[in-house]
Amino acid sequence: MIDNNISAMCKPAPGEAGKTGDWRDMRPVIDHTKCTPYVKNKPACFLCWLYCPEGVIRDTIPVEIDLDYCKGCGICAEECPMGAIAMVAEGKQDG
Amino acid sequence: MDNVQILTGNQAAALGAKLCQVQVVSAYPITPQTSLTEVLSHYIEGGELQAEYVRVESEHSAMTVCIAASTAGARVFTSTSSHGLLYMHEQLHWAAGSRLPIVMCCINRGVGAPWSIFNDQQDSIAQRDTGWIQIYCRDNQEIIDTVIQAYRIAEAVYVPVMVCYDGFVLSHTTMPVRIPDERDVRAFLPSYQPHTILNSQEPRNINPVIFPWRRMDAEGCLRDGYMELRYKLQKALEEAKPVIGKACSDYTAIFGRVHEGLFWRYRLDDADALLIGMGSLATEATMAVDRLREQGVKAGVLGVRLYRPFPREEIKNCIGQRKALLIFEKDISYGYEGALCSDVKAALYGSEVKAPVHNFICGLGGRDVKAEELADAVKTSLKMIGAGNLKQQTIWLNCRTEKSNDGQSF
Amino acid sequence: MTDNLFKISEREYILPGNRACQGCGLSLAYRHALKALGENTILTIPASCLTVLHGLYPITSVEIPCLNCTFASTAASASGLVAGLKALNRNDVTVVAVAGDGGTYDIGIQALSGAAERGTDFIFVCYDNEGYMNTGTQRSSATPPGALTTTTPVLTKQEPKKDMLKIMEAHGLPYIATVCPSYPLDLHEKFTKAKSVQGTRYVQIYAPCPPGWGYLPKDTVKIGRLAVETGIFVLFEIEDGRFRLTGRSRVLAKKGKRVPVSDYLKAQGRFRQISPEQAEKLQRSVDGRWDEYVKRAGK
Repeated sequence: MIDNNISAMCKPAPGEAGKTGDWRDMRPVIDHTKCTPYVKNKPACFLCWLYCPEGVIRDTIPVEIDLDYCKGCGICAEECPMGAIAMVAEGKQDG
Repeated sequence: MDNVQILTGNQAAALGAKLCQVQVVSAYPITPQTSLTEVLSHYIEGGELQAEYVRVESEHSAMTVCIAASTAGARVFTSTSSHGLLYMHEQLHWAAGSRLPIVMCCINRGVGAPWSIFNDQQDSIAQRDTGWIQIYCRDNQEIIDTVIQAYRIAEAVYVPVMVCYDGFVLSHTTMPVRIPDERDVRAFLPSYQPHTILNSQEPRNINPVIFPWRRMDAEGCLRDGYMELRYKLQKALEEAKPVIGKACSDYTAIFGRVHEGLFWRYRLDDADALLIGMGSLATEATMAVDRLREQGVKAGVLGVRLYRPFPREEIKNCIGQRKALLIFEKDISYGYEGALCSDVKAALYGSEVKAPVHNFICGLGGRDVKAEELADAVKTSLKMIGAGNLKQQTIWLNCRTEKSNDGQSF
Repeated sequence: MTDNLFKISEREYILPGNRACQGCGLSLAYRHALKALGENTILTIPASCLTVLHGLYPITSVEIPCLNCTFASTAASASGLVAGLKALNRNDVTVVAVAGDGGTYDIGIQALSGAAERGTDFIFVCYDNEGYMNTGTQRSSATPPGALTTTTPVLTKQEPKKDMLKIMEAHGLPYIATVCPSYPLDLHEKFTKAKSVQGTRYVQIYAPCPPGWGYLPKDTVKIGRLAVETGIFVLFEIEDGRFRLTGRSRVLAKKGKRVPVSDYLKAQGRFRQISPEQAEKLQRSVDGRWDEYVKRAGK
């Protein structure tokens, strides 16, 4: 493909800064047995979805986190009212 | 039948913009540009021109409005002078870097401190390196015709065009002007096709931060780095010369008037002494040439119309084997010489042309320049050259400091 | 796009893998703001952290068209977009300018005041992270007193924060709102309302900044909450001159008790050099402004 642009115009794509999951020191690990939508088996809570600055948490049952792009800020763990998300050092076993 | 009206330069420019059916106008008042924007306000408020008029709070914003509206796909117009142009400086770069076909009239005026509202060309010359095409007009007919040509050029090469003309000398002086027919203008000027994409269906981020190096996009195409985009702008200006030439010849075919695209000639064929200048100063030089010819001096004028891109080859060829180059200009590159002089000499470097050069800095801040003074200066120069003094002289014409007569005695 | 139980669009306009810092308050606020504004929006942004979030050529992280502009020109750029779109009869687009506090309170104020005075039909969003964070935490006129920045590195900022909201209110705008990412529903509601209003709308986002303010990224939402609980930042909106406290600030005015400002100061490294006198003065000024707001809301 030849670049015919005469000025700088960008197209959208995920991963502009690469796989930002690489930025993490700690990764969020969900204990679904404590997670309200999972326990009740219906849409509920989803505060982790609401507060994630990256939009990488899916408000599904079970809740899913896209670890390719999660930067590991830890807001979800901090805001989870049930304490269902733990931040675990990268390289260590889950939970 | 010709429609001839008696117009000031500013009225001619406003009418030119109206004939091009500009869609967005934005301007901030500054002497001597104001009457131009006042005329456009009348057109728009009176319903003669369907356009948005954004009455901004600064020239910086005026150029910004032009940039954003042009990106959105509208044909835009603005005008300014002097400090207004300097205040736009950042946005001039942004407009050219965005490759937007903005047309702006610069009504040339001196630059402070101290304040001067009067004419010279320091303002636009100081914007030489912003990536704009610069065209200098010699009379009001050329102003209206050049504004119309400017849109055709800008929209063909996606480079903004600055139409420069002298404050008061042209902006506020009435002359008979032949008014182009509106339908003819439409035939000459196709509608504006933006190269930018600004809609929700194809979201684009325009003019973001760019790396020094080239970078792959998500589709695997290696995209430009900063330098490649700069190179494309440079190339666009260089390749604008034939486009400008074609615009002028097409214009002549439709409207019958001849404006030589890059520069114009006056009594040049057999001239030994070549007076070179831009704008109304070059017009004044034609009168000096008439006097010189009466006195047996074979002189002619090369009036530079296109200053950027600079018509290097064409000027060099036109100069050929003349015996003296007398470059008159209303600007100074402090610490060196007139900017036009440097450019002309650079065009000759390495060529067979060895004519001695005299550079005359004149008319700064509205200092009167008379044809007779130009003719006298040429005669003095030719005498020096005739006596074997071939060194370049930079002479401040008609300038004497308080302390002594150390100003040039020319 | 389907809505969820928050009645917020599921569509993410900010794509993952962007360059925003971990726990960026702007990123969280912007995510919900764009959900409320929707795709029929054209953005214009000056040099700022947001430029970085939007991504480096030739890729962008945001699926809304955006025109980058120079630092001083944001609101004028929006004016040009509005004029250009109107000239082309594209009347269904919301033009939104988003600048930081530097681009709003400082270098952008002239163009903003001009656009507001002209009643330009657009939303101006200031995300206020209280300093020049993108260039490395220099002082701006939005920096609070007592804060260390890289240009007030020893003595801390001595002057009070400029009251930009009052300045914007003096322009007689049809809609002004303050939002905080710790209260996304309140934020979403206000952006939705701003979109429906004609004329110049001004929305100010309180945007906690982990690296610039000196707290851990996980605490962004907590810091935002503390700001509202203390009254450092107050949630309100002004519609055609009618002032109204909203959300948590409204509840606090009715029955709650504000948390001491010192709790807010202690949670952030930037206030580690604040003198007791400065802290006391800040508490008094927060109290004074709070009383003023409550009085206005009560009318």
